[in-house]
Amino acid sequence: MSVLLFTLLVLLGSLIAGFLGSLTGLGGGVVIVPLLALVFHVDMRYAIGASLVSVIATSSGAAAAYVREGFSNMRIGMFLEIATTIGAIVGALIATHVATSTIAIIFGLVLLYSAYLSLRPQPAHAIGEKQDAIARALHLDGAYPTTKGSQPYTVHSIPLGFSFMFGAGTLSGLLGIGSGAVKVLAMDQAMRIPFKVSTTTSNFMIGVTAAASAGLYLARGYIDPGIAMPVVLGALAGSMLGARVLVHTRTKALRIVFSAVIVALGIEMIYNGFTGRL
Amino acid sequence: MSSTARNSPPSSWNDQRIELIIGHLLRFGVLLSASVVILGGLVYLARHGQTTANYRVFHGDQSPLRTIAGILRGTMQLSGRAIIQFGLLLLIATPIARVVFSAVAFLRERDYLYVAFTLAVLAVLAYSLFGSPH
Repeated sequence: MSVLLFTLLVLLGSLIAGFLGSLTGLGGGVVIVPLLALVFHVDMRYAIGASLVSVIATSSGAAAAYVREGFSNMRIGMFLEIATTIGAIVGALIATHVATSTIAIIFGLVLLYSAYLSLRPQPAHAIGEKQDAIARALHLDGAYPTTKGSQPYTVHSIPLGFSFMFGAGTLSGLLGIGSGAVKVLAMDQAMRIPFKVSTTTSNFMIGVTAAASAGLYLARGYIDPGIAMPVVLGALAGSMLGARVLVHTRTKALRIVFSAVIVALGIEMIYNGFTGRL
Repeated sequence: MSSTARNSPPSSWNDQRIELIIGHLLRFGVLLSASVVILGGLVYLARHGQTTANYRVFHGDQSPLRTIAGILRGTMQLSGRAIIQFGLLLLIATPIARVVFSAVAFLRERDYLYVAFTLAVLAVLAYSLFGSPH
């Protein structure tokens, strides 16, 4: 395949990945690495490196739009970024000492788990709950815009959420993904932050988390400009489109479709990891 | 409602303004880096578009574009790949700039707890970019 054709096809694939990743809050990275590794036969390290920088682009591009909508919570983001960035460094350091086939298997398992998380029923959050003492001390509570005006919310289980975020950061640094699924899980389920606030704040945090492992990736040569260029540009364009649509979309049907794709890719990654093809 | 208002940060209006500026900052950083990546990409494709793409085998550990110095050197020589990598470097710098700006914003709000949180995040980012052995 010529460099030109490779660039165009990767650009198109990344555009679709970025669009779906942004709409579902799961991030485009979860699809980009399997796409590059399985379809384009790119070495896992190059795939992870390109995915990681694209994650920074999609996160920052989408965050710019979300910030205007008023969904994301800057304080929650900054506080939890302490956990995600330290995790990201740990993950990137682990990645050097692990075979690519092992990373492929871990990647597959994370894909399956992400799909499970986004498909299982969402317990509704009770409104008017008691405030959490730590949340109050850290000024984490906020409000978000709805059709009926500003809706205040409170934040819970902060130590649990913080630990989850460390794990999310580690996965991000190990696999070159934003780990939006784990971040949303921590915020939406554990900390009981409203879903749209969770997804947008997660998006906001992903860029900083990815930047924390990007330096280590760069030094190791994981970031190749020939692959990263179409991946970054495609994913960025896709995510910006997705961010425009988010406010007007019902997320449930979309999550089901995206989860089905993720399950298929997860099985494929695990299979290829065990047979040593990745 | 009144209890929520009392418990929310003392300068929530400021928070909104800061978030708006951060939105602009992120968009500017992303658009700037994307432009540089596109520019480098055009140079790269014009020169190497017809060569064969093969990324099956990892050679990254020998790439001169692993260090900031190497990227700047290549960019000066107008190498397409180096210009792309320079754009990616700007992209990596964008969320870092956001964190730096947040530190300043929290400082102006006299929210020293969040200044400390933000500086902690910055220290981790600095370690990744400058502290790692090459």
